[in-house]
Amino acid sequence: MATKLLIEAIREGLREEMQADERVFILGEDVGTRGGVFRVTEGLLEEFGEMRVIDSPLAESSIIGVAIGAAVNGMLPVAEIQFLDFIHPAMDQIMNEAAKFRYRSGGDFGCPIVIRSPYGGGIHGALYHSQSLEALFTHTPGLKVIAPIDPYDAKGMLKSAIHDPDPVIFLEHKRAYRALKAEVPDESYTVPIGKAKIVREGSDMTIISWGWYLQEAMAAADAYMADEDASIEVIDLRSLRPLDTDTILESVMKTGKAMVVHEANKFGGLGGEISAIIAEEAFAYLDGPIMRIGGPEVPAMPYSPPLEKAFLTNQYDIRAAIERLAAY
Amino acid sequence: MASKSSSGTATIPKPDNEAGDVSHEDMRRMFETMFLARSLDERMWLMNRAGRAPFVISCQGHEAAQVGIAFAMDPSKDWLVPYYRDLAFVLHFGVTPRDVMLSLLARAEEPSSGGRQMPGHYGSRKHHIVTSSSPVGTQYAQAPGVALASKMRGEDAVTATCIGEGGTAQGDFHEGLNWASIHNLAVLFVVQNNHYAISVPMEKEMAVEHVADRAVAYGMPGVTVDGSNVLEVYAAARIAVERGRRGEGPTLFEVVVDRLTPHSSDDDDRFYRSREEVDSYRERDPLSISLARIKELGAMSDEQEAEIRERVKQQVNDATDYAEAAPLPDASEAFKHVYAE
Repeated sequence: MATKLLIEAIREGLREEMQADERVFILGEDVGTRGGVFRVTEGLLEEFGEMRVIDSPLAESSIIGVAIGAAVNGMLPVAEIQFLDFIHPAMDQIMNEAAKFRYRSGGDFGCPIVIRSPYGGGIHGALYHSQSLEALFTHTPGLKVIAPIDPYDAKGMLKSAIHDPDPVIFLEHKRAYRALKAEVPDESYTVPIGKAKIVREGSDMTIISWGWYLQEAMAAADAYMADEDASIEVIDLRSLRPLDTDTILESVMKTGKAMVVHEANKFGGLGGEISAIIAEEAFAYLDGPIMRIGGPEVPAMPYSPPLEKAFLTNQYDIRAAIERLAAY
Repeated sequence: MASKSSSGTATIPKPDNEAGDVSHEDMRRMFETMFLARSLDERMWLMNRAGRAPFVISCQGHEAAQVGIAFAMDPSKDWLVPYYRDLAFVLHFGVTPRDVMLSLLARAEEPSSGGRQMPGHYGSRKHHIVTSSSPVGTQYAQAPGVALASKMRGEDAVTATCIGEGGTAQGDFHEGLNWASIHNLAVLFVVQNNHYAISVPMEKEMAVEHVADRAVAYGMPGVTVDGSNVLEVYAAARIAVERGRRGEGPTLFEVVVDRLTPHSSDDDDRFYRSREEVDSYRERDPLSISLARIKELGAMSDEQEAEIRERVKQQVNDATDYAEAAPLPDASEAFKHVYAE
């Protein structure tokens, strides 16, 4: 088994599904000749041709609209939105159309599309190449939203997403594309949507995270455990909708302490929902407040290095929060 | 009004003979579909005003436009991505009078949505009608995708999508036309121009005389057709449909119609149109004009017309009775079909 970067794992997943199923095709800005601005789709145009790797016009609403129409007529489109920050023109197609096709047709129509999009900051992308907007989509029943960060998970979950009968938003943390690598089998496999993964087992505290901040949370937990006689359980949520509440609640009932760490805005973020579920379902097991770490109250990530750094949370911030929570 | 080509790079010739090779039987079927749509629509308004149906969105005045185009298509393989005013269109694609009344009354067995959607939001995989919504314009970005899938499989199916002239102000109008022309897709972009976006008149919606004038920007033919004579609409639509079927690409197809009713049963058009204006529309009612032309061509006897009227009346009564007796959905249905089960 070879070690692969996150970006390679995603590309491999796309290539394998396109080889295996003629219905799968790619559309998006610069995905063809350029192979995507991050090179996720590099080499796919050469292998599959212009009919299956479509360089779209610079128009997000129709990228998703065309994907929806093709899906209705028997195809399995994988649409790329070049940066998640640019998805807003397509919101009508995603929220009012894709998410509602099945419900509004009483199950007669599904909408089996995948929307891949790089998200997240820390790469000097400034306001419009850094946003983490997952909460916009997790708020909408009818959509599935996944954000695998481990290359193994990314390949397997992408395959699940492509064959899922409902629309899936597949979020790729751009900072992790070439920073994270893992053992990824060359052969085909799937990782199910809707299951969280315990990446560190522990008994004294639960940290729930996803995306790049999972790395920071694990580093903080490791550092804390090296210094203190304590064990921290870390959960990679992977799937944001549907949410694996069983894994979350079992862990919190075991540890009695919960913290949610995400890069997206804290206010109104998914961490608030997870906290509320814990409070409703596991209140009697808690021996400390549910803590949340999330983006600050500014509209988006600024550009200049000290400003960007000020926006971001790192393992030391999380370590400090762990200590505050551990004190209860 | 004659078919008028825009100054687009490709043009569609005006058909020489509006009747063409349409059989007399087909002419009678066209009239019957138009009359069925009108009768269902009028029944729905009656029921609304009698307090038996909460909401109606109407196709009155658009029947000849819709039926003329629908008859130029092949519902067994072609697709329709409709908007909410397409009652006559969907009838030709297979929606039944009972389906229509079940939709009006949001009954459990309503096939488009199981009573989840407002009336008029038709959709049916079986009938090749894509599920429709209320946001204006989204269907124009989806239709090229439907046609793209047909092209990928090497099929010669044509996809029609409909919008009012009001919806052409939306970005998805532009994006859909752009996609279809880049990829030479078999899409018939139908604009049912009834001069009003609810209350806002044409001159406040756009600065061009005809929506079809915009076709030149997409390198596709644009035609403006008078929507009062079903045979004239059919003749022009057939040229556009065949063009798509031959793989020659999309057409922007504007049909000029009059909206004989307010926007919906919740609208009152006395605030923005004079009664004289609406009366003048009634004088050029597409149903009367099409009927006169069909009879002038000797395609329908008085006896045949009476038979059709009687048959339609019975269908509308049957559909009304059937839907009124049909049960409402069980409340548990509200939570179903969010995801595949």
